[in-house]
Amino acid sequence: MTKTRFPPRVLIGGGIALVLLLALTLGALVVVGMQGAEAGALRPADWRALSFTLKQAFLSAALSVLLAIPLARALARRKFWGRDTLTSLLGAPFLLPVIVAILGVIAVWGRSGWVADAMGWAGLGRLNVYGMSGILIAHVFFNLPLAARLILQGLADLPPERWRVAAQLGIEGRALFRLVEWPAIRASAPGAFALVFLVCATSFAVALALGGGPRATTLELAIYEAASYDFDLGRAAKLAGLQFAVCAIAALIAFAASAPVTASPGALTLVERWDGRSLASRLGDAGVILTVCLFLGAPMLAILLRGVGGLDDLTGVVWAAAGRSLIVAALAIMVTLALSIGLAALIVALQTRGSQRAARLADLAGLLPIAASPFVIGIAFIIVLLPVADPFALALPLTAIVNAAMATPFALRILIPAIRLAQDEHGRLADSLGLTGLTRLRVLYWPRVRQPLGFAAGLSGALAIGDLGVIALFSTPSEPTLPLLMHLLAGSRQIDAAYGAALVLIALSFGVFWLFDRLGRAA
Amino acid sequence: MKHLLTAAVLAIALPLAAMAEDKPKLTVYTYDSFVSEWGPAPAVEEAFEAVCDCDLDFVAAGDGAALLGRVKLEGKRSDADIVLGLDANLVAKARESGLFAPHGQDLPENGVPGGWEDDTFIPYDWGYFAFVYDKTRTENPPTSFDDLLNAPDDVTIVIQDPRTSTPGLGLLLWVKHVYGDEADEVWEKLAPRIVTVTKGWWEAYSAFLEGEATMALSYTTSPAYHVIAEEDDTKAAAAFEDGHYMQVEVAAKLANSDAPDLADEFLAFMAGEEFQTIIPTTNWMYPAYPAGDLPDAFGDLAEPEKSLIFKPEDTPEIREAALAEWLDALSK
Repeated sequence: MTKTRFPPRVLIGGGIALVLLLALTLGALVVVGMQGAEAGALRPADWRALSFTLKQAFLSAALSVLLAIPLARALARRKFWGRDTLTSLLGAPFLLPVIVAILGVIAVWGRSGWVADAMGWAGLGRLNVYGMSGILIAHVFFNLPLAARLILQGLADLPPERWRVAAQLGIEGRALFRLVEWPAIRASAPGAFALVFLVCATSFAVALALGGGPRATTLELAIYEAASYDFDLGRAAKLAGLQFAVCAIAALIAFAASAPVTASPGALTLVERWDGRSLASRLGDAGVILTVCLFLGAPMLAILLRGVGGLDDLTGVVWAAAGRSLIVAALAIMVTLALSIGLAALIVALQTRGSQRAARLADLAGLLPIAASPFVIGIAFIIVLLPVADPFALALPLTAIVNAAMATPFALRILIPAIRLAQDEHGRLADSLGLTGLTRLRVLYWPRVRQPLGFAAGLSGALAIGDLGVIALFSTPSEPTLPLLMHLLAGSRQIDAAYGAALVLIALSFGVFWLFDRLGRAA
Repeated sequence: MKHLLTAAVLAIALPLAAMAEDKPKLTVYTYDSFVSEWGPAPAVEEAFEAVCDCDLDFVAAGDGAALLGRVKLEGKRSDADIVLGLDANLVAKARESGLFAPHGQDLPENGVPGGWEDDTFIPYDWGYFAFVYDKTRTENPPTSFDDLLNAPDDVTIVIQDPRTSTPGLGLLLWVKHVYGDEADEVWEKLAPRIVTVTKGWWEAYSAFLEGEATMALSYTTSPAYHVIAEEDDTKAAAAFEDGHYMQVEVAAKLANSDAPDLADEFLAFMAGEEFQTIIPTTNWMYPAYPAGDLPDAFGDLAEPEKSLIFKPEDTPEIREAALAEWLDALSK
């Protein structure tokens, strides 16, 4: 195999991105750990937090994937009006600001929510949403669609001939599932499980709002308590180290169990299928799709209904806050793209040069932020910046940087396959034509990468807009971002206005995602 | 891209730097709700700047407990001249940090029940913790902790986490004060009634307002908010025969302040009538020093027969022990 050129700028750009990511994750851990070196043994409660974290993350991932399998199967073989819209909407819960989604979940599943009312009306007991059940409901709400998209992708990637051959051989039902569908699911489900496990293992806001106390404390919550309340930075660093270890083990198992997860926005096109035409099977699929729609749609509808009433109560403060949130989103998008393009280019260059091990290591480094604690990163910023600048005056850019780091693993999953594909399919041709530098970028990569780039930018922006973790650490209530303002409005009992702000927040979050996704797709 | 980022950072940082004026500046760190549009800060700022010829800058640093953490994090480099909003339970920890200086002034006698004497930390308001219920939903609220423990099963409560919230810590100490060595058994018996434990006061109170629980841990003054701000008289605080634990909120000057005289002036102003009159209807607490007439709604509030509080210097030790009991009882 001829060695592909390895331009120095890829090495330098990728190297810088790699160093920055390592500094933001492991470096931050060291800074915080050193600051609190003298204090902080772990307490019995911390070990309980560890075991609860593992339990809830495992259950959340298992439930999400188990429920995602029938949904993905149904969506893969049914053609119906609105199917494409529905598959796109499956991305929505993941983009929904967590604080808003929690309000929605409580409105539906809470003690005085819709489900409880229905159960009360039917003479059943009241449901307690707080604790493990609430955490699981919220986590499945966020991650079931994500898992379904990944498995659906796996099914859509099956060559269409397989279905035809299966039909010709008269393979139906269970045999078809075992011979054709299961291998595809078997390939994509472990990756989906691992991703959901990682996301849930570092869950903060959900555990905070729905956990219901010491019984349901996650590691991330324990880090927050140690750092923010006890001011025990040593213990916070130890807990963050523990969280890294848990996530690293989970990630390694996932790596061993499957190919790296790709969350490509691919067009999940429908192939011709001949199976599942019996009435029972059709009803079954319809039932699955409707149930999931109801489960995912009801909380969003609840927010919508309450938010519309609050729109009248919105003042200029809300629009100013929305402006600040947009600044955070814009900065976060720039940083995410800079980090992930640099690192993705490096990883692909390493892969095509045959340095598989180095490529895998760089890939793992790109996953680090999933395991990192945003609080630890934020506190490290404060410690490092204090002697030279006022970190609190830089709340917006710092919030953007931390959020960009958190979004980078997702952006990498989206960009690497696209760059890889462009390189594999046309790299040689471009080499032989002597395409280098900007021309190569414009002709070879841009047309093939712009769509995933738009998707990654939209995702990063939407996630940054909803941030209520790091911004709370830098706490700037006189100049709040929109989620912080929503929190403050609620805290000063302006409840209607808070719901109105939630609606603006959703619009902003989806709007930014839609805009960039659109820019990526535009011809 | 990096240039863009630099430009963006500068664009945000520069206007802030340009705001610095020639007038002496007094920086007061406080908790979030104090500086909100509906909190005391806007009125206090206007009133103090009218007499001090200075620039008073309130900086919100999270909730009450995070306030001390922020000052400790910044240490001697802190810009803060005054920290306003520490709870009496944090006073011992704050004193231990060595960051605060004695106020050294003659203040009028304060009206904190049971008295408050301290050479460094000056009280500015106080209140009683209480369970707040809705009169239209609950006709016979419990009249003591024992009564609550023996109430029908559908009487539920929402409380705050003592590790993150000052009311949560207040309840922990309240139960400890009433039951002493039996506090752990009381928590175990109470556990099934606790719908959820929240991080902050608001999450618990809103859960109660939404009907998630019969009562929420809050203050005896909370019903006054509903009457005055919302013309709603359906909320009331359940008066407990055991007595009610108190919260006293204090402020102090930092030893490293670069405007110590101005800081002294502010602390004196804080104990004065103008500041104290602002407190009841913005912070929804009782003023610590003589103030103008309290609004009528305050007159209708439940008046505890006994006020309970541990000595500030004893609370860290009591807190540690009580917290361990609490964690154990609620983790089962």
